[in-house]
Amino acid sequence: MNIELEKQFQELQERVKKLEIGTKDQLSMVVFSGDLDKILAALIIATGAAAYDMKVKLFFTFWGITALRDPKKKGKGKNLIEEMFGMMLPKGAGKVKLSKMNMGGMGTAMIKGIMKKHKVASLKEMLKTAGEIGVEINICEMSMNLMGFKKEEMIDYPGVTICGVATFLSDAQESKIQLFI
Amino acid sequence: MTTEELRNLKPNTIVDARGTACPGPLLAAKKGIGEINSGEIMEIYSSDEGTKNDIPKWCQKMTHEFLGIVEEDSYSRLFLKKA
Repeated sequence: MNIELEKQFQELQERVKKLEIGTKDQLSMVVFSGDLDKILAALIIATGAAAYDMKVKLFFTFWGITALRDPKKKGKGKNLIEEMFGMMLPKGAGKVKLSKMNMGGMGTAMIKGIMKKHKVASLKEMLKTAGEIGVEINICEMSMNLMGFKKEEMIDYPGVTICGVATFLSDAQESKIQLFI
Repeated sequence: MTTEELRNLKPNTIVDARGTACPGPLLAAKKGIGEINSGEIMEIYSSDEGTKNDIPKWCQKMTHEFLGIVEEDSYSRLFLKKA
């Protein structure tokens, strides 16, 4: 009888452990888009969640990474194609464009003016706030390689890490909220 | 709490988030709450309409007690007690 009970108890303990994994007060977000509006939304949600005392982990991949480039820095040892990619893609959060109504840059310039008028923080300011409030940023290594981005040309962000899909998956698995933007 | 009672409250800290848009007031509240002790009162100034819905929700989640809102001409004053 006792052995039977002990077995049941162990089984229950294991089940509780499994359940607890998915209940962390944590937000995992893939930031895939390289558009001003979408990244702004991502950062507002991220900093908002941090204000809710949630642990926030952003996984920047593909076009999203362009917002993390530092225009003052330069990556070393790039081949011709990588150099071209670097030249053609936006150099940092100040250069990303609207996903709609860009109109050759006019729309983006206009929305930036409107954002200022409505006291909405710029992407750069949002990134700074995110860093201060403890939002974690992970960058997808594969995307960096594809586009020829180097770690040394990324902005100075506290604790920024280069990683792979496994990091995102293990973070996402234990998060209450998972988003893809 | 009635408006009169709220007006007579003596907050332990006042956070002025006027002129910031979402999520500015929320971030300001998060920063301010770290500077007071449990049971103390914080007042938030905000000119952002959404804050009036956001801060009560935030309080609920963080288990702070939301005390109420006083409307001024161009902004709102939100009161809460830290859990």
